[in-house]
Parts: sequence; structure tokens; C-alpha cells
Amino acid sequence: MITKEYMILAPEGMHARPATAMVKLARKYQSTILLKAGGKEARLNSLLNILSMHIKGGSPVTLVFEGIDEGGAAAAFDLFFAQNLKDW
Amino acid sequence: MKGIGVSPGIAIGRAWVLRSKKARVSGVLLADEDAVEREIGIYRIAVASAVASLEAMMGKVGKAEAEILEVQVELLRDPQMEEDVVAMITGRMPAKDAVLKVTEQLVQIFVNMDDDYMRARAADMQDAGMRLVKVMDGEEDGAGMVGGDWIVIAEDLSPSETVGLDHRVQAFATQMGGATSHAAIVARLRGLPAVVGCGSDLGIVANGDLLVVDGEMGVVFVNPDDEVIDIYRSKKETYAERQQLLLRLKDREAMTADGIRIQLLANIATARDMEQALEQGAEGVGLLRTELLFMDRERLPTEDEQLDFYKDILLRSGGRAVTIRTLDIGGDKPLPYLPLPKEANPFLGYRAIRICLDRTDIFKTQLRAILRASVFGKCRLMFPMIGSVQELRQAKDIVAIVKEELTASGAAFDPGVPVGIMIEIPSAALTADLLAKEADFFSIGTNDLVQYVLAVDRMNEKIAALYDPFHPAVLRLIREVIGQGHRQGIPVGMCGELAGDPQATELLLEMGLREFSMAAVSIPAVKEVILQSKCI
Repeated sequence: MITKEYMILAPEGMHARPATAMVKLARKYQSTILLKAGGKEARLNSLLNILSMHIKGGSPVTLVFEGIDEGGAAAAFDLFFAQNLKDW
Repeated sequence: MKGIGVSPGIAIGRAWVLRSKKARVSGVLLADEDAVEREIGIYRIAVASAVASLEAMMGKVGKAEAEILEVQVELLRDPQMEEDVVAMITGRMPAKDAVLKVTEQLVQIFVNMDDDYMRARAADMQDAGMRLVKVMDGEEDGAGMVGGDWIVIAEDLSPSETVGLDHRVQAFATQMGGATSHAAIVARLRGLPAVVGCGSDLGIVANGDLLVVDGEMGVVFVNPDDEVIDIYRSKKETYAERQQLLLRLKDREAMTADGIRIQLLANIATARDMEQALEQGAEGVGLLRTELLFMDRERLPTEDEQLDFYKDILLRSGGRAVTIRTLDIGGDKPLPYLPLPKEANPFLGYRAIRICLDRTDIFKTQLRAILRASVFGKCRLMFPMIGSVQELRQAKDIVAIVKEELTASGAAFDPGVPVGIMIEIPSAALTADLLAKEADFFSIGTNDLVQYVLAVDRMNEKIAALYDPFHPAVLRLIREVIGQGHRQGIPVGMCGELAGDPQATELLLEMGLREFSMAAVSIPAVKEVILQSKCI
């Protein structure tokens, strides 16, 4: 199991377009990826569940990766937060 | 008719009114297990077919519009939604009813959320659900418009309806909707003027009515007279010229013909201004006015309210430098909760930093909020109306105290936030050499500097002709300030009107100015002059 923390930099928070990109990225891996924020959590396979968590800009989130390709998944999300999420 | 302008530009054309059909839950119950299986099959085929048609549409539009459609695709494929729909069908509900019910529940969740952005997502849910229902009804989109220059009028436009708008559509106006809807984003991406939130008045528009839509001011005219049309024709041309210039220059670096890099920054007051600044190619914010935070309200904004505002702006800046100016108010703009005595000469009176150094409670709250926000971006702190080294020291001492308090309470802040001053009082301009030793940067505020140097009240129309930023006295002072700042090795910028005046650009470059901060719309015109100028 790998646990990572990130900060959501987009002012509108975890909004629909980046959340969609995250769901798509998560689908490439077999590992279960769990998103935790503000005392709530959701599996990263459902856009609805992510949006329902209502994550605001500037708030920290935790991702928990578990499964055979968890290392690769964690590295992919590192890159995703470092590059993509800045532009949204 | 007034609404919210969400995408700037002017359009003149004929109305095309879209009436939305409301789908209803039928209430029928399925007879047996076979019917349940069949309806689940219908649902899955509808999802596949809706996803396929969205993906086909994605291939025909730009990247950013495709991303919005992709949200739809993800919603349609969402495992949570699928689970809920299948559960309802298993409970003997026909597929269409199940989709309508689930959509309705989801829309409710988002409508009840406490921020505009999330409430706007309800439209995305609605769009995805209705798309499925239409597919199940065997409906095709596409309407029969003939000829060009149509303006679409609708109760509301869903994100995919907006992306799917025919290229002959010049603008749209809707009864509902807000600035953060995906429909608004698509309109901006396409450069389609759009006004939303016009209310039920829009219902009077009939097919073929002549309309004028001003997407900047958020105004819609229905069958206006020739005079209005002429005014808007010329406005449309001016806007098109401005857009041409912007398009040509937006991604060009501001560099003089002899290779000197110039910083072009924006003066802003709201988050919306920040967006506009980035659209116009601003490289940062040279002046964030904080007065709006204090106006139109019953009491002082709290530290947290201020923090939210600064943080939002810094996050939106995308790592660009943002110069935050502390409170700049005076007796001319009274606040209900801060009674300031009427003064004979408010511009020479109790205002700006003079109030802050006296009411340190107000000042410290603002400084705490700004410093706490500093971790979310690249922020600079700036004091207005500094008239002497003494005042600058006093203000800096208070910053030091606030920093100590923040450290003691364990709050995070950027300890290296540069602290600079506005040069807008002649006494400051004339002692720029001394101030430069203690300030991290200067920003010349020409509006006040001109009125103080020339003894001309800029609000007095009778002497408006005497208000001359090109007066030699003003220009000499500006040159002196730039020179003294650079001699001490600190950056010198300008954030007054003069910085955004293309007629002054060459002169200011020659004087050594390298940072220009102005209203965002002025940036392309000033950049054009810079590209053709030489500094030496």
C-alpha cells in the first residue's frame, strides 16, 4: 500500500475536468485507488463520487494505492499532480 | 434586457428559440424478469450509443471543448450511476424512468451544494441524463436553421448543446445559468458572445426577432431601433480590432526592438479581473486593489474572509507575481462601519496608510490575511500613500510584529514576501534615494502623483484640462524615481493610468521603466508599441 498527499491548486477545487482526467488515469491501473479528503473517501473509479466529495481549492487530499501495480500508479499520479493539475 | 455577460463580444442577428421538451416518468412497472433483462439491455445500449455520439463530436471540436464533453462521457459511464440505475430497473422500473429518477437525485445533490461551481455541475448531470433519455426515445438532434447570423435563445443550454451549436450561431442568451457553467466556458472558448441569467423576460423573444447581444455588459436588445443597431455595429468593429491585436500579440513576449525584456502586468480588483488579465496576456498583477473587500458591507471583513479572497487570487495567478496593496480608502469613500469625519481636503487627509498606521487593528488583520495567503503563490506586499521614510519604517515594524505573531501561533507564511511602496506623493518621489534603501520595490502611482504635483484635483471637471501627466514636472519626478530605484538595485514599476497609455510607452521606456501595470484591456496596445521601440 502506498499513501501520497497532494494539494489541490485549482481555485475552483477538484472540479469536473481534472476529476475526469483522474478517473481516466486510474482506469489504466489494476490497483484500487482511494481518494480521501475532509473526512470523506471515494474510489477513484467514479466521477460522481469524487465530485460529491466537494473538494475545495487549496485543500489537501490523500491518495491510497493498493494492488499489484501500485508503484506505477503512484508514480503516474505524482506526474499528473505536478504537470496537469496546474493548468486546469 | 439585463443578464450576466459570460463571454464578451457583440452579435447582431435573428433569434432562434429553442424550446426544451420535458421528459416525464411514466410510472409503468415491468411485468417480469425478462422485461427487467430487456430494459437493462436497453439502458446499456443507450449508454454505449450516447458515448459513441459524444466521442464522434469530440473528434470535431477543439481540445478544451472535447474535455468538457469528456466529463459527459465519464458521467454516462460512471459505475455509481450504473449501479443505481440497474438497481431501479431490477426493482421493476423501466429504463427511461430509472435514468430520469437517478438523474433527478444527482441533480438535487449538486443543486444543494454551497458553492456556485458545484451548483453549476447540476447542469452537467441533467445533460447526461437527458442525452440518455433522448437516445432511448430514438431522437436525433439537429434543427432546421436556414441562412446565417442566428442568435440562440433558450431557457438553459446544456454543455453538450452548447458544443453542438451550429457554426452559423453568432451568440446565445439564456434565462438561467451562471458564470461558472460549462456552457459559459464553451462560449468563451469559441469566442461566442453569451449572456446568461436573463430571467423569464427572455420568454417574450420569438423566432426571427432582431437581437443585439453584448456579452461583455450582459445586455440583450430585442428589436432595437436603428440608432442602437448603429452604435452596436461600431462597437462590434472596435471589439473585433481589439481582438485581432490581442490574437496577434497575446503569446508574443514583450521585448523591445533592441532586445530588452519588459514586464506587462495587470491592475485588478476581483477574481474575474484576474481571468481577464490572463486572457490579455498579463505576466502577473502589478496592483491588486483590496478596497472592494471593504465596501458594500456592514462590518469589517474578518481575517478569514480576506484570506479566502487573497488565496483565490493567488491560486488563479498560476504562480505569477501578485502585488497586493493594503487598504487605500479615505473620507471620499466612507464606509458605514468606519465613520471617517468629513474633511475639507480628503485627498490631503486621513486616508490609506495614514489610517492603517493609526488603526493598527485593521492593518494587522489585513497583513495577517495576506501573509497567510502568501504560501499559495508568489505575493508582494505594497503600501499606498507613503510620504516619508519614517512611515515606511512604522509600517514595516508592524509587518515584523505580525510575522512574529504568526510564527508563534504556528501559522504558515512565506517569510520572504517583498515589501514595497507606491510612489505617489511628491515628498516620496523627492526622497526616493532614501526610501529605496528600505523598500524592496517601487511602484509609481501616477494618478495621485499628477494631482499632488500639479495641485489639480482630478475629480474637478472645471480644471480637467490642467490635469496633465505629461507636464515636465511630473516627468522629471518619474525619471528621478526610476533612476534612484535602479541605483539602489530595486525594481521600479508603474501602476497609474500613464502606464497603460500607448502614447507614453516610448517615453517611459527611455526613462528606464521596465515594469508596466495597467487595466488588462490596455496590454495588447502597449505591447505593440514596445515591440517597435528601442530603449537606447
